[in-house]
Amino acid sequence: MSLVVTPGWYMTLAALLFAIGALGILIRRNALVMFMCIELMLNAVNLTFVAAGRALGSLDGQMAVFFVLVVAAAEVVVGLAIIVAIFRRRQSASVDELSEMAG
Amino acid sequence: MVELIVFALMAGASLTGGVTVIRARNPVYSAMGLLATLFAIAVLYVLQLAHFVAAVQVIVYAGAVMTLFLFVIMLIGVDKEENTAETIPHQRRLALAVGLIAAGLGIALVARGRFSWVPLVVTPAGAAQTNGTVQALAEPMFTDWVLAFEATALLLTIAAAGAIALASTRKPILSRVPPGGETGPGS
Repeated sequence: MSLVVTPGWYMTLAALLFAIGALGILIRRNALVMFMCIELMLNAVNLTFVAAGRALGSLDGQMAVFFVLVVAAAEVVVGLAIIVAIFRRRQSASVDELSEMAG
Repeated sequence: MVELIVFALMAGASLTGGVTVIRARNPVYSAMGLLATLFAIAVLYVLQLAHFVAAVQVIVYAGAVMTLFLFVIMLIGVDKEENTAETIPHQRRLALAVGLIAAGLGIALVARGRFSWVPLVVTPAGAAQTNGTVQALAEPMFTDWVLAFEATALLLTIAAAGAIALASTRKPILSRVPPGGETGPGS
């Protein structure tokens, strides 16, 4: 028996990981954990990029992953700086306490 | 067969890590779960011959990004208990339903959708093999994608400057009082 791992398997795994990340965004209140869930979803998307690129015989999928990685790194830097700035002001990282616009 | 075994192991590891991220009460455990997922995905990249991307994944994500996350967790403090009261009625159950529907739709699309993978480049061996080595990726990166590459350099500079601007604290303006102490304007 020789089972071949097709791109569909990677896509299925990526769909599951993306759903887990989306679920985390919906149920967690801690801004840091929500941020980690965003990273989880970005990684799921990267996995589909690599799988599709391999299936199509093109390196463009991996190039896209490279740029997503760079943008995600920049996003993490700015996002964590914002969370730290909010924490300094509010002494809390819970998104529920940020529901009003007043500073 | 080897690919199947490694895929199964790494799929299990990444899903376990993902569930740990959203289930753990302590943010440090969440970070550890994310770390496991990132490493498992790096192995899956190697499995798909994306060697350079796998290396970058470990260095940038598992190295730099996770260090930053743990640093901020330690800065903010891990001992704060998360408020688990539901502000929206049945929020958890609804979220679980939405997540299951999203996962089911994704899987159904992959399993039942009529995708046909048409290789853009067909090697003599039949199936297209794209070996993502550094040399192979450098060629498109510095020809077709060079504008995007330069734009990311600009983006990273702006992000670093923005983070410094956001995180810096200015001294309060009170220090403008002259060192001789507060005196009236008429003196």
